[in-house]
Amino acid sequence: MLHTTTPPSPDLFDVAIIGAGVVGCAVARRFALEGARVVVIEKGSDLLSGASKANSAILHTGFDAPPGSLELELVKAGRAEYLAIRHRLGLPLVETGALVCAWNALEADKLEAIAAQGRDNGIDELRLLSGAEARATMPGLSGRLVAAVEVSGEHIIDPWSAPLAYLAQAVALGAVFLREAELIDGRFEGEWQLATSAGKVRASSVVNAAGLFGDIVDRRLGFTPEFTIRPRKGQFVVLDKAAFRHVPRIVLPVPTEITKGVVVCPTAFGNVLIGPTAEEQDDRERATVETETLQALLARGAEIVPALAGMPVTAVYAGLRPASEQKAYRIFSRPEQRAITLGGIRSTGLSAALGLAQYAMKLHAGFKLPAFAPVAEPDIALPNLAETRERDWQRPDHGEIVCHCELVTRREIEAALASSVPPGDYGGLRRRTRAGMGRCQGFYCNARLAEMTRGRLSTPLAVEEEKA
Amino acid sequence: MSAAADVIVVGGGPAGVAAAVELRRHGVSRVMLLDREPELGGATRHCGHSPFGMREFGRVYVGAAYGRRLAAEAARAGVDVRIAHSVVRLEAGGRLLVTSPRGVEDMAARRILIATGARETPRSARLISGDRPVGVITTGTLQSYVAFHGLMPFRRPVVIGSELVSLSAVLTCLVHRARPVAMLETAPYALVPMAFRWFPKLVGVSFHCGVQILDIRGAARVEEVSFRRADGMVETLACDGVLLTGGFTPEAALMRQSALGVDAGSAGPAIDQDGRSGDPRVFAGGNVLRAVETGGWAFREGRAVGAAIAEDLSRDDEPGEPVAVTFEAPVKLVVPSLLRRRGNATPAFHDFQLRFERRARGRLALELDGREVWATERSFMPERRILVPLPPAALSAERVRFRFRERT
Repeated sequence: MLHTTTPPSPDLFDVAIIGAGVVGCAVARRFALEGARVVVIEKGSDLLSGASKANSAILHTGFDAPPGSLELELVKAGRAEYLAIRHRLGLPLVETGALVCAWNALEADKLEAIAAQGRDNGIDELRLLSGAEARATMPGLSGRLVAAVEVSGEHIIDPWSAPLAYLAQAVALGAVFLREAELIDGRFEGEWQLATSAGKVRASSVVNAAGLFGDIVDRRLGFTPEFTIRPRKGQFVVLDKAAFRHVPRIVLPVPTEITKGVVVCPTAFGNVLIGPTAEEQDDRERATVETETLQALLARGAEIVPALAGMPVTAVYAGLRPASEQKAYRIFSRPEQRAITLGGIRSTGLSAALGLAQYAMKLHAGFKLPAFAPVAEPDIALPNLAETRERDWQRPDHGEIVCHCELVTRREIEAALASSVPPGDYGGLRRRTRAGMGRCQGFYCNARLAEMTRGRLSTPLAVEEEKA
Repeated sequence: MSAAADVIVVGGGPAGVAAAVELRRHGVSRVMLLDREPELGGATRHCGHSPFGMREFGRVYVGAAYGRRLAAEAARAGVDVRIAHSVVRLEAGGRLLVTSPRGVEDMAARRILIATGARETPRSARLISGDRPVGVITTGTLQSYVAFHGLMPFRRPVVIGSELVSLSAVLTCLVHRARPVAMLETAPYALVPMAFRWFPKLVGVSFHCGVQILDIRGAARVEEVSFRRADGMVETLACDGVLLTGGFTPEAALMRQSALGVDAGSAGPAIDQDGRSGDPRVFAGGNVLRAVETGGWAFREGRAVGAAIAEDLSRDDEPGEPVAVTFEAPVKLVVPSLLRRRGNATPAFHDFQLRFERRARGRLALELDGREVWATERSFMPERRILVPLPPAALSAERVRFRFRERT
């Protein structure tokens, strides 16, 4: 076994959560804090193996969410809880604010309505700005800017450390994290009997947070799915840290019906992100990047912020959003079978996750099971990866730097490997430490990482000797 | 904390060490050399195939042995060598933010020399389509696997590139029991045409140029690569890795993130005939100037810039504002790309180094204030060094321009 995961307990868990995306991790934390015995069942070799690994890392206010929607309510609740717990969990908040930018008269005509909707949604920190006023807050914006709505509450967070912290808290409270455990099927006979590729699991209740596989998991649980996942691919380009000074704020386009559109924003790690695209596809697994699309994103970024032209590319990635045939979240509770489905969380999952977890807890209370006994919030120690706060390399006696581009220390990598939720694959190590994520993408450190991670990753960086 | 020195050299490869030693030889007393790795040598440390040292030391060294020779030279010359020191930021006024096992410190010096070398362009910056599985790496990474850890990242890679380093990459594979599946080049011709006439046949690896990489597939590890051949046919090769060779780029992050920025052509620091950048206190030399030359070239260049810094330290006047050398595509870069009228008595660079971004045939000319002073007509290959003598008159010209008239 690569992972030190406890084997499935013959005991009965209070709740089995299917999927260790950001929503599953937040639900695991919430139930563990309430005193439930939790098991998280994850198909991939690490958390965030699906939709949650690729997003724009924005902590939304909900200013543009459908008025009166559950999504709006949960984005606001999730955001409020994030802001309340982030100090305790050591999670960053980069207070950038956002500008919804109109690049022509047609788009400018829509700004009034965007601001009005935002105010209706209870977001007060909104201002209509002329192009010049908006550029005064971000001089790098193209002079073609006509007007903008400033939403000062939209911020940037670390999209990987947050869910890791949620899951680490759950694990600290005894939750079991099962990896490479694909749900095969489930039967409810007074309790849930779940067959997974890593063994059988018994649980009193089940929460489906399977993201891109939400409808499939509902079917495997014996339900007729109430929705169909229609994966929507988003490609992103990450620019070199030299770009950061030109992009101090989140630059949003005027959205269309289909998508929020291409965003240009800083990252918590000191880079600049351009993306996502919105491409419908049937495949739920493959999220490819495509040369022409990446070139188009770069060109779009340089139109919005001219100084980005020619800026070197640090990384490219693509992710799939678990969109469904409706824009709304697809949340269902089946009290008779003690099952909750959190489906169709297409693009606000990072912001709403903690709110979704609260909501799942509320739905669970409707199952009329004996009450749990809430426990104190455990302290966990994750390294800070955000550039806005002190990083390990800035401390005396940090030892040695392994990844020079991202200034990742050896002890940070060793700590991640020895942690309660160690990385299951190279992507997981990168998300936990940033090692190999910089401009050279491992030219200098990949071999060292191969050595340090021997026997630890499901897909090792170095191949084994072939038998003669 | 602040450590003062006359000169701080950033980067302990051939250029940095040569410069530091030369500075000491010229009597500069406090010369500090910073390198972020545990040993000196820079890229030569992992290059197992290329011999180094013949011209500078009169004998041949391989891999880490060359770095040890550099370390011995630096020690003998009295250079204050600090390994495991990463320079995080280059700030105005000759100041550096440095992190080391002891923590963070500010360092200041009368002159700074940036000699941070070059590296290959990774898959991301090449914008190659497909999945992003484990097993897509560069030659430098492969050589580090082999040289430092005795590991291999794959057994059956597709090799992309047709530069000299591509040959070295294939040899590294073969010596370490990996069997390249094919060599692919996106340009319509091999970048080292002579070698690619015989090399692929010799090692039994097929070579295709003029290809377009369509897809890299693999859920966890690379499984296959698809490409469109020059004849339009699409081919898919089963493999367990992709080896990206060449496509060198200066490791100039310190400059790019500083107020100085980088030269649009070379992507390295813009320097004048003495190796001096836009900030007269900051110099640069070696492969950070332009990717990429041999270790021996970088050594000689470092030595010349070291001597120039020594002379600069003894001057009591400012070198003045530079004139930019202009050029157009398909010329990719010109080094030096700045000229200062009041430079040193002995410049570090006696030639302009040019490179083309693609193969082109035509007439290349140097004009000073609109007057042609040098010209040649021939074909030029990308990634090849072109030397044009730097005429003393160029240093007093108002306009210095390279013109290229293409013949089709």
